[in-house]
Amino acid sequence: MCLAIPVKVVELLEAEQALVDVGGVRKEVDVSLVDGVAEGDYVILHVGFAINRLDETEAQRTLAMLREMGVEPGAAA
Amino acid sequence: MKYVDEFRDGKVARNLARTIAAEVQPERRYHLMEFCGGHTHAISRYGLRDLLPPEVRFIHGPGCPVCVLPVGRIDSAIELARDHGAILCSYGDPLRVPASGRMSLLRAKAEGADIRMVYSSADALKIARENPDREVVFFAIGFETTTPPTAVALRQARAEGLKNFSVFVNHVLTPSAIQNILESPEVRELGTVPLDGFIGPSHVSTIIGSRPYEFFAEEFQKPVVIAGFEPLDVLQSVLMLVRQLNEGRAEVENQFSRAVTREGNLKAQALVAEIFELRDRFEWRGLGEVPYSALRIRDAYRDFDAEVRFELPYRSVPDHKACECGAILRGLKQPQECKVFGTVCTPDNPLGSCMVSAEGACAAYYTYGQFTKITAVAEAS
Ligand code: SF4
Repeated sequence: MCLAIPVKVVELLEAEQALVDVGGVRKEVDVSLVDGVAEGDYVILHVGFAINRLDETEAQRTLAMLREMGVEPGAAA
Repeated sequence: MKYVDEFRDGKVARNLARTIAAEVQPERRYHLMEFCGGHTHAISRYGLRDLLPPEVRFIHGPGCPVCVLPVGRIDSAIELARDHGAILCSYGDPLRVPASGRMSLLRAKAEGADIRMVYSSADALKIARENPDREVVFFAIGFETTTPPTAVALRQARAEGLKNFSVFVNHVLTPSAIQNILESPEVRELGTVPLDGFIGPSHVSTIIGSRPYEFFAEEFQKPVVIAGFEPLDVLQSVLMLVRQLNEGRAEVENQFSRAVTREGNLKAQALVAEIFELRDRFEWRGLGEVPYSALRIRDAYRDFDAEVRFELPYRSVPDHKACECGAILRGLKQPQECKVFGTVCTPDNPLGSCMVSAEGACAAYYTYGQFTKITAVAEAS
């Protein structure tokens, strides 16, 4: 019920709708809750609505931190 | 970047688990409540419990909207379809939740009530447009993630002047539930639920932001780490919590920064505030009546409120006597401690709500629990 997934916006449509790619399947979703959605953006899809945009820079930063946290056991925060 | 596979790397997971094991202090226990059912699901599905040292314990909280919906509310939904002849549109998950008298929405449907499963509030609107001579009610449930989509449907219904559409609102609020748990005698006085920190909800926080949790960190001196749903997200959040506890800090940290900001989604918040207001009290399964913990439709949108339109009274109904969902949702018990777990009560034939949705603790344990040694994290490597 709470599960929401990252999907890629493939095409913007009229009336604040957009086509997204969900694991290879195209689906029409409502993007009215997120300002300025653009093609190529990744959004979190929940019950047919985009509820937020994903930030690539932040995602890369988290991944870098994850790798760092793993290689230095015992390292202080 | 797909924002999924990158956060499931088995090698990184094992490294992280090693780092956590190296940093936990052996004399100490780390009781971490994952509030959100999505995390309960991820922890079970990826076998994260087995990766972590025994000092770290997960306590499952009440963050599954299907699990916290009380029997009385399901009864009312059935009543709308059966006694008022409405077309009741519901998300899939609530359909199998047990109601009074061995009923459920699914059973009522089999007996002829017009109950339809929808994927989104927009589908319910569509059904209303297609059936102008029937009353169509959307059974709206969920936390702060599901509320904005309901608000969009209400705004749209009003813009179109739809006369046969209304919403039975059961939207609940995360911060009030967390506060209720922290103030419960089990946590405060009796210490039967030791609670050292929270793994904060991911998607709820994309909407409300991380700011609402600052109160808990300060007032109750409990660290909160907002965590994404993927296995690496959960593990990293555990490490962040372990470090906070080791250092005696109680702060709000945001592991899920790729989607969550301090402010959250302001556009969605403004829309929700325009259409909904706080209810004085709302009954939760497992927590009882919690003040200011749910929403109702504002007067300006009153015409679309199913509770007003059908003069729906609320009747509280106790859970099945054998069911321990209440204790599980408060972190008091684990699913295996319920006598009927896995025997009388299974996902195919649920006796209580925690066995219904994939995010319910009982369903998560039942589905993945028997195979705890096989971790999907290992599979992913
Ligand atoms: S196993 Fe079934 S009956 Fe027992 S607590 Fe879980 S949902 Fe309730």
